[in-house]
Amino acid sequence: MAAKSNLTNMAVVLAATCLICAAILGCVYAVTAAPIAETNANIQKAAIAAVLPEGVEVSEAVPVKVGGEDSEYYIGTKDGAPVAYAVKSTTSGFGGALTLMVGVTADGKVYNTSVLSHTETPGLGAKCTSDPAFTAQWKGFDTGTKILSVKKDGGDVDAITASTITSRAYTLAVKNAYEAVKGLAK
Amino acid sequence: MSKMQLITKGLVKDNPTFVLILGMCPTLATTTSAINGLSMGLATLFVLVLSNMAISLVAKVTPDKVHIPVYIVVIATFVTVLQLLMQAYTPGIYSALGVFIPLIVVNCIILGRAEAFACKHNVIDSALDGIGVGLGFVASLTVIGIVREILGSGSVFGWKFITGDGILAFIMAPGAFLVLGYLMVLFNKYLVKK
Repeated sequence: MAAKSNLTNMAVVLAATCLICAAILGCVYAVTAAPIAETNANIQKAAIAAVLPEGVEVSEAVPVKVGGEDSEYYIGTKDGAPVAYAVKSTTSGFGGALTLMVGVTADGKVYNTSVLSHTETPGLGAKCTSDPAFTAQWKGFDTGTKILSVKKDGGDVDAITASTITSRAYTLAVKNAYEAVKGLAK
Repeated sequence: MSKMQLITKGLVKDNPTFVLILGMCPTLATTTSAINGLSMGLATLFVLVLSNMAISLVAKVTPDKVHIPVYIVVIATFVTVLQLLMQAYTPGIYSALGVFIPLIVVNCIILGRAEAFACKHNVIDSALDGIGVGLGFVASLTVIGIVREILGSGSVFGWKFITGDGILAFIMAPGAFLVLGYLMVLFNKYLVKK
């Protein structure tokens, strides 16, 4: 079956294999690069639209520091005046990075939140994207009267059942975004 | 062995999950729901068939001492192709399976079939073997996923038949081991003829 090994044929076969594989990958990448960029842009666009009030005009990305890390935000303007900000905010969840888009209105309330990417446990922490009991509480979360931390830590955020770490990370991401917007207003 | 046998042996007699007990890492980790198990199975099937075919073609010209690196490069190429395609066209499933897509490279079912079958047989037989073993993997992962989803979330393929939560342990790692163990016992007792 297999050919007898000598230095020449080993080098030739390995080099040829890598060359062909690299060529295949290059072709597939060239074909899929545009759809991937489009998909990611759509996810981002949908997230921004979901966390800002309806009918606002969304600006280009503006760099900002969120929770000490480099991030970006988008300004939602209506009739020329900024009404809300969409802030990209990343924290460490249970399984890895948890990235949210957080909408904060100009008067300092959380308008809505949306998960951009996460690596939480399916069926547990991953519910932060779908469990209505958890996601609904962020809509119009009034930071003036409620405290941004989970109930276990003395705050007003209902955690997801059996996923306190994810809930804490989510809450911290919202808090960092909120602080970042507060910093902008100054 | 007839062509038909090549396909069916992977389903029961040489079932990769319940009989050969290969590829346990993705099996335990991705079967939290039926749809995740099914998607992971199909992703592996895709890579397995293509890598089996490619390897049966290059086996004759590959020197003995470098056959493992050559096979790994071939497998890694197909996995990366799959990863790019999924990212572009099925982003939902891609994000659900996460890190387990790139880890298909080190799934021992694929290298195992390359070593045990594809390098000694022709392209068509290797493709059929890949389909058979791949379908066995799809079926096992889907069944484990269905059982874990029913017990853990009270739903089947996302269709919920109870309100509230199921038995959470079945979504987490201990449930994966329990379900896998019991299914393995049942499978070997009733389906595998000794």
